[in-house]
Amino acid sequence: MYSPAFDYYRASSVADAQRLLAAHPGAKLIAGGHSLIPLLKLRLAAPSALIDIGRIRDLKQVKADEGGVRIGALTTHADIAASSLVRSTCRVLAEAAARIGDAAVRNRGTIGGSLAHADPGADLPTVLTALDARVVVEGAAGARTIAVDAFFQGLMTTALGASDLLTAVWVPALGSGRGAAYEKFAHPASRYAVIGAAAMVEARGGSCVRARVAVGGLVPKPTRLRSVESALEGKPLTADTVAKAVAGAAGDLGGDIIGDIFASADYRRAMVATYVQRAVAAAVERAG
Amino acid sequence: MSARIFGSAIRRREDPRLLTGTGTFTDDISLPGMVYAAMLRSPHAHARITRIDTTRAKSAPGVVAVFTGADTAGVLKPLPCAWLIPNSNLKVAEYPVIARDVVRYVGDVVAVVVAQSAYQAYDALEYIDVVYAPLAAVVNPQKAAAAGAPQVHDSAPGNQAFHWTVSGGDVDAAFKSAEVVVKDRIVQQRLIPTAMEPRAAVAQWTAATGELTLWNTTQNPHIVRFIGSIVTGVPEDQLRVIAPEVGGGFGSKIAQYPGEFIAVFAAMKLNRPVKWTETRSENFIATTHGRDHVQEVEMAGTRDGRITGVRAQVWAGMGAYLSAAAPGIPTILHGLMLCGPYQIPAVHEDVYGMYTNTTPVEAYRGAGRPEATYLLERLIDRFAHAIGKDPVEVRRANLIPPFTSGHTVATGLSYDSGNYAGALDKALAQVGYSALRQEQAALRKQGRYMGIGVSTYVEICGLGPSQVAGAVGFQGGLWESAIVRFHPSGKVNVFIGTKPHGQGEETTFAQIVASELGVDVNDVKVIHGDTDKTPMGWGTYGSRTTAVGGAALAMAVRKIKDKATALAAHLLEASVEDMDYADGKFFVKGAPAKVKTIQDIALMANVAWNMPAGMEAGLEASSFYDPPNFVYPFGAHVAVVEVEPSTGQIQLKRYVAVDDCGPQINPMIVEGQVHGGVVQGIGQALWEEAVYDDSGQLLTGSLMDYAIPRADVLPDIEVLSTVTPSPHHPLGVKGIGEAGTIASTCTVYNAVIDALRPLGVDALPMPMKPENVWHAVQAARKGA
Amino acid sequence: MTVSVSVTVNGQRYQDEIEPRLLLVHYLRDRLGLTGTKIACDTSQCGSCTVLVDGVAAKSCTCLAVQADGTSVTTIEGLAAPGTLHPIQEAFWDKHGLQCGFCTPGMVFATHELLRQNPNPSPEDIRHGLEGNLCRCTGYQNIVRAVQTAAAAMGGR
Repeated sequence: MYSPAFDYYRASSVADAQRLLAAHPGAKLIAGGHSLIPLLKLRLAAPSALIDIGRIRDLKQVKADEGGVRIGALTTHADIAASSLVRSTCRVLAEAAARIGDAAVRNRGTIGGSLAHADPGADLPTVLTALDARVVVEGAAGARTIAVDAFFQGLMTTALGASDLLTAVWVPALGSGRGAAYEKFAHPASRYAVIGAAAMVEARGGSCVRARVAVGGLVPKPTRLRSVESALEGKPLTADTVAKAVAGAAGDLGGDIIGDIFASADYRRAMVATYVQRAVAAAVERAG
Repeated sequence: MSARIFGSAIRRREDPRLLTGTGTFTDDISLPGMVYAAMLRSPHAHARITRIDTTRAKSAPGVVAVFTGADTAGVLKPLPCAWLIPNSNLKVAEYPVIARDVVRYVGDVVAVVVAQSAYQAYDALEYIDVVYAPLAAVVNPQKAAAAGAPQVHDSAPGNQAFHWTVSGGDVDAAFKSAEVVVKDRIVQQRLIPTAMEPRAAVAQWTAATGELTLWNTTQNPHIVRFIGSIVTGVPEDQLRVIAPEVGGGFGSKIAQYPGEFIAVFAAMKLNRPVKWTETRSENFIATTHGRDHVQEVEMAGTRDGRITGVRAQVWAGMGAYLSAAAPGIPTILHGLMLCGPYQIPAVHEDVYGMYTNTTPVEAYRGAGRPEATYLLERLIDRFAHAIGKDPVEVRRANLIPPFTSGHTVATGLSYDSGNYAGALDKALAQVGYSALRQEQAALRKQGRYMGIGVSTYVEICGLGPSQVAGAVGFQGGLWESAIVRFHPSGKVNVFIGTKPHGQGEETTFAQIVASELGVDVNDVKVIHGDTDKTPMGWGTYGSRTTAVGGAALAMAVRKIKDKATALAAHLLEASVEDMDYADGKFFVKGAPAKVKTIQDIALMANVAWNMPAGMEAGLEASSFYDPPNFVYPFGAHVAVVEVEPSTGQIQLKRYVAVDDCGPQINPMIVEGQVHGGVVQGIGQALWEEAVYDDSGQLLTGSLMDYAIPRADVLPDIEVLSTVTPSPHHPLGVKGIGEAGTIASTCTVYNAVIDALRPLGVDALPMPMKPENVWHAVQAARKGA
Repeated sequence: MTVSVSVTVNGQRYQDEIEPRLLLVHYLRDRLGLTGTKIACDTSQCGSCTVLVDGVAAKSCTCLAVQADGTSVTTIEGLAAPGTLHPIQEAFWDKHGLQCGFCTPGMVFATHELLRQNPNPSPEDIRHGLEGNLCRCTGYQNIVRAVQTAAAAMGGR
């Protein structure tokens, strides 16, 4: 397919990107292009210009930072999957990145692009929600940090403003006593998550101190399952606790569940508990 | 040598160019001055066009021309239907190349932009203003038959394109006296063939001479020329159709489409080469689909397991227009196969071909036979369950006993040869059937649901005797042709009328020549796909290339051999009767030192310094081979699955295929055909489904939604074979291209039902996607 | 608007003025005449257009040519010297890993990527490694065999 025409500017720095954004209303940022180019080709997006941030070196680093790992927005899924730092601090993120699309997609798709695009079927938003990650944004008024919970606002909608640039994601290290896992029911054609369930469990003395459980794929934005979390917290981490806790998983999602021709909302609602259970059980196993 | 090369798994001669990107597919062709066409397609399934304004588009950057139906009317004739089934009250509605007043499916061509680049052509499509008055649409073939359904064509009342019946034996008596009757309602969901290469055409017109060259992705370039000359008015002798490398077809590149003839029209109008290549999105809405049957079926039998009758009503979706071969698929290629490999004394089927506001339906790998095999195999399992017998035993009890030269079934067909029980035994032994049944029982006790599906099949291919083709309304012959030409150096060119596009005949046909004449297989080059070079032929589909084209080649080779023998006799000063031949050498019986090689003969025939009196120079022969009968490959397949009832997820654990296509020219290629065929059938069972909403919008319009099988969801297929030669084919061979697809869908289906029977599930909609399985389990639990 | 790009393709450096919207695959096919790279979908699903960009597999239909500015691209035409075959190509030939051949250039590069990341893959690794490439002819089985053969031939390098 053939994209409509647009102008093109290459940003040399974050500041340059912001200057270009200000100068070209209607422009969109492009990094790896794996969210945007398919839309352009199907003529579902028609920006007046693209501002290419793909060569801003500062945005490609993965480094230890404040008890966690700071992942530059341009870090590719392949780099996340292969990063020993990510693997050692929050392995689940590397595992989820390794299941995105396919090898060629992972080589070019970036974490920043995935978050900014906020496709409900994406994997990283769900995992990062369960990990209590924070998104680092450079705006007109300088840098700020947004909790991932607040970052995703709805279907393909984020807290990013017109002059904002997502520059990094900070993910807390899991450390000992904490385990996290991601379970994915992939669409047989698109490979996007029909249901993605992520869980982080902190255990002490066999009991759950803290739980974060999030689902994606079946809801417009990654969504915390707070009743599941509170049903786990303070309880001994037995299979029975997990089973009881996840039973109400669908209840946290209300009427938000997305259905499509492959999997109806009813079916997804019925499946949520199963995938959440698997994710929580795996997280518990890793926490122990 | 001859014994070794026929039956040898040699590497393919076509591969080096395909592996290095040096093969030329249609879209790879660029010509000086070439411009690009893009189609504006209807976004409505059914609407009246009230206005088209192309003014803005015409002045868009790079645009060379914009055409609508008003421009092509009277210049391009409607696309003809080429399979006019007799005695069926057939109503062929006009199929215009560009719609004029009414659009009848999402994808109908409304206008064409020709521009200097493809980007500019697609830009300009957005500037064409069309005003539509939407009309009610119908998409389901059974609903299309209901009173009050929206009418697709005024000329086909009740949307009925045809009503065809097949009968054999006294089916009403069979059902009246039946001890057991089982019924089912089967939806053969609509499928999208998805050949990896989208369709494409490049047309080049030479005004000075009136010659037109059309490069086209097609399975049958000679038919494109034949029909192309009718549609475009370019005389056949001036119309050269070249099918270069063709990236898969699976039936979707049999028919002729608007795209190629619009390219021709534009090239002639503009006096410039015109290229049109569809996008994948366009392919999904505008290249033919497959299957789309709703079937009400029943089987009669005795309590001890004998099948006494099969009765069916089929509503077959044809789409908005009758594609070239479409009416023959659910009738000749489906209804006539209603006995399968079984001794069924009485059958009756009514087939209603229905117009709907959808993409036209055509042949898709298997074309009619998968729908027949699936129907029978599903009913037999149901029957076996009803009488409490093992489905394998019921099959065994009803299989036609082995035969080597003809067996006539109730539909009137005469199968050529078969040993169905032999294939079944081999498949069961390979899979370890009785041990699997024990394992299944043990797993059930643990709450695990393993299922074993078995099917036996026979199919009809190698289409076919031309007299029969004519009798069943096919508007052409179904013979094949080959020319074998020896050059002075002993190298060989073979020119064939068929059009291989992945099946490897450049190799297997070279193997035929090599094995018959003792030349090196690398000395034989097979040329196909160019109507100016190759003799007339009907194309590659219906597993006919080797079955019919291979026979033509064998006959031509044998003519060469006769001439070579006579020439050798002359050169060795012996009589023809005294000559013998072995391994590429012609020699005098009893005097093996007096020898001429085929290369010696080729040189002499071409220099012709010393020829026998009356013998023409040259060593070349052609053959036009019209088969006396179809060929009937067969086999038995077994699938093993495990189903997770709580989620509906199915894991395909094993798949065993035993197929019999007679002697195999190249077992590696046969195995590859089985792999691909089986996987396509598995795709239908588990993932593939073209979904329209009620208004006729295709909801599975891209590879984001329509799931074709991927590498990571499949097990290795265990491929075995038996060998039962066809009695009438010069080489004994049958076809293998479609066998896997014909057998695998029902095999996997039966396995899943077998897994879920303890839960009370006895039917599932296809594809058996997780939600469908889960719903069935839920419903069965509620009902229990 | 046009932009200037400089790309090295199969060892040859090219400098061109292009529209920003031009996809890398169209640049390779239509500008450079390197038609070995195929287009079989428009949603980044099929992998037919896979090439190497700086040695790493990329879908050239999901990459603007301008994004490839300054990179080194390898297409199927440049994987091995003319008249020779790369061990991956040889293995596909040996194991009948192709039928119509349309997906093959992409499959070869998917294999290249898989073996780059995992020189000794198991059959299961291979099937997962090929998840981004669609083939409608082979049922993938002989492609898996070809990848195994290529891995052995390349000796885990």
